[in-house]
Amino acid sequence: MKEFGQYVMFIGSLFVRRETFATYYKLTLEECIQIGIKSIGLIALVSFFMGAVTTVQTAYNMVSPLIPRFVISQVVREMTLLELAPTIIAVIYAGKIGSSMASGLGTMRITEQIDALEVMGINSSSYLVLPKIVASLLMYPMLVVVAAVSALVGGYLVGTMTDVITPTDYIYGIRFTFNDYTITFALIKAFVFAFLISSISSFKGYYTHGGALEVGIASTAAVTTSVIAVLLSDYFLAQLLLKS
Amino acid sequence: MIKIKNISKSFPDRPVLGKISGEFDKGITNLIIGSSGTGKSVLLKCMVGLLQPDTGNVFYDLRNFTEADKEMKSEIRREMGMLFQGGALFDSKNVEENVMFPLDILTKMPDEEKLDRVNFCLHRVGLENVNKKMPSEISGGMKKRVGIARSIVNNPNYLFCDEPNSGLDPQTAIVIDELIHEITHEFDITTIVVTHDMNSVMGIGEKIMFIYKGEKLWEGSNHEIMNSGVKELDDFVFTNKVMRNLKPN
Repeated sequence: MKEFGQYVMFIGSLFVRRETFATYYKLTLEECIQIGIKSIGLIALVSFFMGAVTTVQTAYNMVSPLIPRFVISQVVREMTLLELAPTIIAVIYAGKIGSSMASGLGTMRITEQIDALEVMGINSSSYLVLPKIVASLLMYPMLVVVAAVSALVGGYLVGTMTDVITPTDYIYGIRFTFNDYTITFALIKAFVFAFLISSISSFKGYYTHGGALEVGIASTAAVTTSVIAVLLSDYFLAQLLLKS
Repeated sequence: MIKIKNISKSFPDRPVLGKISGEFDKGITNLIIGSSGTGKSVLLKCMVGLLQPDTGNVFYDLRNFTEADKEMKSEIRREMGMLFQGGALFDSKNVEENVMFPLDILTKMPDEEKLDRVNFCLHRVGLENVNKKMPSEISGGMKKRVGIARSIVNNPNYLFCDEPNSGLDPQTAIVIDELIHEITHEFDITTIVVTHDMNSVMGIGEKIMFIYKGEKLWEGSNHEIMNSGVKELDDFVFTNKVMRNLKPN
C-alpha cells in the first residue's frame, strides 16, 4: 500500500512545476521515435506469426464438417482484436520498452543525472517521465493497430498458402458479423495498458537506489509489475466494457 | 553568502548530522572536509535541497531555502551550479548539448548566443574541439571539466562541488582544483567544495569546515589547519608520512 501511495504521488508530481510546452514537445517526439517507430518491426513480426499460428491452430480444432471454414478467420479476427493485439503485445511492450524505461531512469538516478536536473531547478520526474507517458499513449494504440493488421495478414497468408482456408472464406469470415465496438474496446485497452506500462516502469526506474545490480532489479520489477497490472486491468476492462 | 543553521539529518538506521551551523563566504573557496562517512555529502545535499534536513535552515543571501515553497526553491536552484562526483553528464547528449542544457531550459537566449556562451565556458575550462563528443568518448578529467563548464554556463551565484577530484590522477586533480578556485574568484561565486583530499585542502582551502562523525569540530583556513590543536583533525591531516614530517612540533 505504501508503494501504491508513492506511485500515486509520483504521478501527481508529473504535473507540477512543468517546463515549457516546446521542451515537452521535442522530448515527446524523441520518445515517440524511440518507443513507437523503432518497435514497429518487432511488433509486426511477432503479430504476423501470432495470426498465422492462431489460424492454423483454429483450423486444427475445427473437426466438425458442419462448421463452415470462414469461422476460422472469424475466430482469428475476434481473438486478435479482443486479446492478442492489445494484451499480448502489451507483454512484449513491457519487456522491450518498460525495461528500457526503468533501466534508463535507474542509470540516470545512480549516476546522479537526476540529481543534476533537480539542482538546476527542474522537476526531474515531470521532465523525464511525462514525455515517456505521453509518447506511450500516442504510440501504443498505433502499435496495437499495426499488430492487429499484421496478425490478420499473417493468418491470411499462412491460411491460404497451406490450404487451411480459401482466400474468399478468409475475407468473408473477417467481415462476417463484424462489430466495430471490438476496435473501440481494443483501443481503450491500448490506452490503459500504455499508461500502466509507461508509468509503472518509470516509477520503478526513477526510485532506483544503489548500483548496477539495483538497476537490473528495477528493470525486472518494472516488467513483472507492469505485466501483472496489465492482466488485472484486462480482466476488469472486460468485465466493465463487454457486459451485454 | 550561504548560511546554515542547526542542520541535522538522520536516516532510519543512524543519525548522520547533528545540528551543524556555519557560514560560507562569497568569492572564496569554502571547503567541507572530513573522513568518508562523516556526513559531508549529506550536508551538501541538504544545502542544495536534494535531501530535506530534519532540523535547521539553509539561507542563500538571507533567503530561507529550507522553508521556501517549491517555486521559490526552484528560483534559488536556478542560481546554483553543481559539479557531481562522477560528472553526472547526460549520456544521451554530447558535450555541447550537455553544457548548453541549462541555457536551453532556463533561459530564452537565442541559439547563437547560447553557442557562444557554451564555447566560452568550454574554452574557460580548457576544452577545445570536443563539442560533438559523447560523454562516453572523453576521459574522467575531461568529464569533470565539462561538468564545471555546465555548472558555470548559467552564471551561478553558488557553486557546489562534490568530491571534484575523486578518481583523478594527482596532476589532473590539482588542475581541477585550481580551475574551481580561479572560477570562484573570477566570477565572484560562493563556492563550496566537499572533499577529503589533502592536496585540495592545502591548495585551495580558503575557508575550511572540518566535520567529524556528523559534528562540526573545527573551522579555519589552510594556513591554520596545521596548528588546529584538534586531535581528530590532526589525525585526518597527518595521516601519511609526508604530512607527518611537515607537522609543527
